[in-house]
Amino acid sequence: MNASTPIPLKATVARPARLNRARLLRGALPGVSLAVLLVVIFVMQPRAMSYMGMNLMFNLAVPIALATIAQMLIITVNDLDLSLGSFISFVACVCATVLNQHPLLGCLALVGCVAAYALLGALIHLRKLPSIVVTLGMSFIWMGGAILLLPAPGGTAPQWLQAIVRYKTPLLPFAIFVCIALALVVHLFLMRSTLGVVLRGAGGNPIAVAKAGWSLLRIKVSLYALAGTFGVLAGLFLVGLTTSADASIALRYTLLSIAGVILGGGEFVGGRVSPIGAVLGALTLVLAGSLLSFLHISPDWQIGAQGAILILVLALRAFVNRLEAQP
Amino acid sequence: MSTIQRALVTFKGTSKSFGAVRALNNVDLSFHAGECLGLIGHNGAGKSTLMQVLAGTLAADTGTMQVEGRDLRASYNVQLARQHGIRCVFQELSLCPNLSIAENTRLMSPAIRGFGWRREARARVLACLDEIFPGHGIDPDDTVADLSIGKRQMVEIARAFVQVDEPLNLVILDEPTSSLDARVAEQLLRFVRRFVAKGGSIVLISHILAEMLGTCDRIAVMRDGGVVDIRPAKDFDHASLVECMGSAAKAAAERKPFASKRLQGTAVISQQPPRQRDGRTVDAHAGEIVGLAGLAGHGQSQWLIQVLRRCVATGQGAALVAGDRQTDGVFPLWSIAENITVSSLGQLRRGALIDPEAEQAMAEQWRQRMSIRTPDMANPILSLSGGNQQKALFARALASSSSVILMDDPMRGVDVNTKREVYSIIAEEAARGRTFIWYTTELEELDHCDHVYVFRDGQAVLDLPRNQLSEEQILRCSFEEQLV
Repeated sequence: MNASTPIPLKATVARPARLNRARLLRGALPGVSLAVLLVVIFVMQPRAMSYMGMNLMFNLAVPIALATIAQMLIITVNDLDLSLGSFISFVACVCATVLNQHPLLGCLALVGCVAAYALLGALIHLRKLPSIVVTLGMSFIWMGGAILLLPAPGGTAPQWLQAIVRYKTPLLPFAIFVCIALALVVHLFLMRSTLGVVLRGAGGNPIAVAKAGWSLLRIKVSLYALAGTFGVLAGLFLVGLTTSADASIALRYTLLSIAGVILGGGEFVGGRVSPIGAVLGALTLVLAGSLLSFLHISPDWQIGAQGAILILVLALRAFVNRLEAQP
Repeated sequence: MSTIQRALVTFKGTSKSFGAVRALNNVDLSFHAGECLGLIGHNGAGKSTLMQVLAGTLAADTGTMQVEGRDLRASYNVQLARQHGIRCVFQELSLCPNLSIAENTRLMSPAIRGFGWRREARARVLACLDEIFPGHGIDPDDTVADLSIGKRQMVEIARAFVQVDEPLNLVILDEPTSSLDARVAEQLLRFVRRFVAKGGSIVLISHILAEMLGTCDRIAVMRDGGVVDIRPAKDFDHASLVECMGSAAKAAAERKPFASKRLQGTAVISQQPPRQRDGRTVDAHAGEIVGLAGLAGHGQSQWLIQVLRRCVATGQGAALVAGDRQTDGVFPLWSIAENITVSSLGQLRRGALIDPEAEQAMAEQWRQRMSIRTPDMANPILSLSGGNQQKALFARALASSSSVILMDDPMRGVDVNTKREVYSIIAEEAARGRTFIWYTTELEELDHCDHVYVFRDGQAVLDLPRNQLSEEQILRCSFEEQLV
């Protein structure tokens, strides 16, 4: 392009540049908030910068990140899973009992769990039920199952599982590599592949996707099955770390996972999600907990303080959105 | 055009009903390669239904549908339409706002796949955009949600012309220029001619007569679910098109004597439509029934909502009868009685609480007045038929103390008997001094109005008292660019 047509060129370039900046800011927000938290922690507690310290901080992050990805897949089609926490607890109980004693039966049970999620997706789509109601009901079923398996805390995770999750990697703890790999793999699948386009399209404009000849039923079933798979992985990882299970081991994951998706730049409706953001959001939540411990805030206040951090990040995002919306 | 043309699709005796409403009635129409066919008609003439049948999103009930020589009516669907190269750009946008333009392109063309699909989709949609709208200034990586409505429509159109592996024979453009500015619309129409010259087929639906006459080879006029006239475009002119769309020789004899209510007093409502350029206001006087006419979606509903907002803000009060019952009208989980009394709770109070007896009495009174057919007003509202639900919504508005009643095309999908009952009640209430503002998509209903405004492009372009009203005038104003 030369300078002989400056006016239209200016008009077409100037507006997107500003829009791009706002969009970039929005995309960078989860990463920036995580970095700020990390820096604050390192400044307050330099010893946390070691391999050991990072390992301690990020150890429990992997199951939460997996749960957040599961939740994100459900949110992609404008649904919400309120049973995720009790589902992961149930999986953890299965691993600590059945999987340890009868590996084959345990594997079958886990496959059954994924199938149950796929069926849930089909049920919600076919009967046009609100996902919140169905999954809220399911949460009691999963919790009941977990209590039947393990009425009191106990059980033992299979040795091989414990060995996998405690794998020692050079330079940085295993958990960080897992989180990076998780974010990248899901990003490639959901954001870059053709299948991912269809799945996200179903959240953005389901009627248009159906008119283009795609089956909404299959889309929903696949997403729910995938979410179930990531839920199972979260349960496996969690029980590998804790070595034993308890029926309420992961109940708080339901809300943590939703908060993680939203912190990571996702929206409840419209198919706007970001896998990398979701993982970063999950890590932010985990670190927020650590930071509060470093600040010697009593556990009584920690949940409230965690909420305050959440509100702060969301307020920042609302501000960025407003920048974007300005004409 | 003297050569024998290959018929891509032929409808013969095609009919389609929605419940009691006959949307298509024995349609005979064929679509040829190398031709732009115009389709024109007033609201509810059946254009959109016919196009949905052609695109495979609706199935016809009877008749044959020959596609490239074979009758496919029974098995026809969206996939089959695509396999035969039939595509549609619908009026309501069908892009996914959360995806980029390239991703939206891929959604429509499953043939773009494998490694590097993104690059290919980007290149293909960009090529179409460049071809149709040179100088469009759209980047295929932009997210659709960030685009203006006009650019979204450009993307939507360009995407329909992306061709990978699949055939591309016929494209339906349903009001494609409605959100395009004049220059871009011109680009599109020129492209339509180029596409047709290369042997493609276009079905064009537009309310701008000059576009239709200038672009189409043949124009089919639809009325009441049937094709009433089909001629080469050059045999039509503005006047004859308008004439064809109106219903034949209507009995004007039964018209009641007319006395304007505008001779004294001031208007109760006086509000300028949002996009009015000449400062004209739409007025309503006490006791008057004012009709809002014109094609659907030309600003009538927005104007009604504006009036409603202002009435509520100033404390004047107004009641709205919604046309879209399911989304704007009924409370689906409530009883019929609760649905009727909800806007009059102020009158039904005893102390701080609702008086159940008064509520019941009011519900009972309106059941008799509107003859709502139900054994018990405590039944859920959804137990009623559509027409009776609409009566309940009328009762809700009339039971309130508001002196202004706004009606947003309330008779959509209501049977004839119910309509007649409601018309007489509206006349009674107007005689008592209530003001009705009635947006309707059915021309016959305008006969019940004292004064009619015709809307086009968000402006009131014509106002007439009933005694000067003619169907031809309304049609001409709904479709015309400028008043001739």
